[in-house]
Amino acid sequence: MTAVAAGSGTGAADLPAPPEAPPRSQWQLFRRRFLHHKLAVFGLIVIVILYVLVFGASFWVPNDPLEQDVLLGTQPPSGEHWFGTDQLGRDYFARVIYAGQISLKIGLAVAIISTVVGALAGAIAGFFGGLVDQILMRVTDLFLIVPAIAILAIALKKFGGTDIVIILVLAGLGWMSIARVVRGQVLSVKEKEFVEAARAIGASNGRIIFRHILPNCIGPIVVNATLAIAIAIVTESTLSFLGFGVQKPDTSWGNMLYDAKGNVRFDEHLLYFPGLFILITVLCVNFVGDGLRDAFDPQSRR
Amino acid sequence: MTAPSSEPSAPPSSGPSAEPLLAVRGLVKEFPIRAGLFRRTVGAVQAVSGVSFDLHRGETLGLVGESGCGKSTTGRAVMRLIPATAGSVVFDGVDVQRAGSSALRALRRRMQIVFQDPYASLNPRMTVQAIVSEPLRIHGGWSDGGAERVRDLLDLVGLRPEHANRFPHEFSGGQRQRIGIARALALDPDLLVLDEPVSALDVSIQAGVVNLLEDIQDELGLAYLFIAHDLSVVRHISDRVGVMYLGKIVELGTADELYDQPAHPYTQALLSAVPLPDPRKQRERQRIVLEGDPPNPAHPPSGCRFRTRCWRKLELEADGVDTSACSEIDPLLSADEVGHEVACHFPKVRVMV
Repeated sequence: MTAVAAGSGTGAADLPAPPEAPPRSQWQLFRRRFLHHKLAVFGLIVIVILYVLVFGASFWVPNDPLEQDVLLGTQPPSGEHWFGTDQLGRDYFARVIYAGQISLKIGLAVAIISTVVGALAGAIAGFFGGLVDQILMRVTDLFLIVPAIAILAIALKKFGGTDIVIILVLAGLGWMSIARVVRGQVLSVKEKEFVEAARAIGASNGRIIFRHILPNCIGPIVVNATLAIAIAIVTESTLSFLGFGVQKPDTSWGNMLYDAKGNVRFDEHLLYFPGLFILITVLCVNFVGDGLRDAFDPQSRR
Repeated sequence: MTAPSSEPSAPPSSGPSAEPLLAVRGLVKEFPIRAGLFRRTVGAVQAVSGVSFDLHRGETLGLVGESGCGKSTTGRAVMRLIPATAGSVVFDGVDVQRAGSSALRALRRRMQIVFQDPYASLNPRMTVQAIVSEPLRIHGGWSDGGAERVRDLLDLVGLRPEHANRFPHEFSGGQRQRIGIARALALDPDLLVLDEPVSALDVSIQAGVVNLLEDIQDELGLAYLFIAHDLSVVRHISDRVGVMYLGKIVELGTADELYDQPAHPYTQALLSAVPLPDPRKQRERQRIVLEGDPPNPAHPPSGCRFRTRCWRKLELEADGVDTSACSEIDPLLSADEVGHEVACHFPKVRVMV
């Protein structure tokens, strides 16, 4: 690319070229900024490992999570059962790992769907304003005041407690906060002069929204998306506890947490392990979100 | 609100006799004032009230006036970045205000705008390459040698090819304004609206950008609508100059006519405030200091809008002249009295130093 420039032979190209840094692509810059964020890199590594371990569980976890040994009952962690066993004598380590499959899947899917829906709704409401804004924001309010559990109960009764239904319902209940945040951002960004400049060169509304406005809202969007993962995992736990979430024999971390609740005085380890995994996941996701936000910002000096 | 009072069918301009590139007639822009619980419209700020002018190919028309006089609004309404309330803007035979979406897109290729604030007018998330090439991507022509074109444009505005990979925040104000100019030139327009393109820049940088604009005009034969409040910059670059006060053009003429023989008391007051490079002259020069602030554009004065601050009206009244016309009749732009257009009931040329 730069070699061709010399051929054009006008003005600046005739000057002796200074030692030129190789052209940096946006992706390279993005990657470099992200890699400078140590916590984010750490978080990403942990999450990747977690996903690989959890979804590859059938290849390496020695015990069957469903195999019961009622006579054995609850056991503390030992060499044979790393995380001990639960009330039915099932290997708790295997159960925690397998439960992660559902928790992680739900968390990620809900975060993606609610972020996309919320960002779109917020962007459209903020950008077009007026009646469109009124309608979309009233719909958002409507979703906010709806009693989540009632909706879930109805949906699950009607469509069955499959993962898809749970994901859709959780996403349907989670997009509003992102929509509101994005709308507020769009309201301020759309008044910037570069948006007017884009209109002056003939950019369509879609182009202005997706190329000019949303990229300038990426910080709050990413932060909210990482929060959404955490909230989805926790909400799913709550719902599971109430019997609306993941249905047995499937388990999720939240599900296990609440199952263990009754044993807290005698067998604390039943509570700690799923809780620990939720904690690690949420924490690392937030680290990654932090790093992503900085990496998306070309003005960040890291 | 009120019908545009001055609507000259064809202002006698000193430009070439050919059809003007841009013809603005009776342009009005009102911003509604809303109040109360139901956001009812209780009034309107008249930002621009009845502005008419012609701009010919390759010509530069300067618009000057103090803050809030409607000059930037005029520029934006000409571009249809904001819809005009009334009046017409005809660009090369096409009515800009009524153009459909495809006609408007075609117009956008031919008229472009450079904004005042080079920090706000460039998307901070896009590289210079992406910013300058965006017009090409929108209007086609990117696949067909677009990268080459971007390099030529950067070269034209005095930036290096390797600057293309950088982001706006890595540049100084002057360089950013050059990026904005390159973007505006990407589609090879016929008209450039320059909305205070150097006002936000350091004085030492201004000259560079102004000279660049002049060179580009010589090379590409563009017409400029140059909006500014800096009188000396406007004189330097403009062929003709219009002076605006409270939404109206009060005086319009060639740069020499207007600067050497201003006839409107407002123009004279403005010019008397320009600092002179010679301190002795500066000390001897008589300044005309206007009393008070510009009136509220939501409730402009009747008749001549300048009458509330007009020093000549006071002088005339002291001499016993009847100035009732000033508060009763809105003066029209007319070239009858002094050879260039003035909107004043008592125009009088005053030779400026």
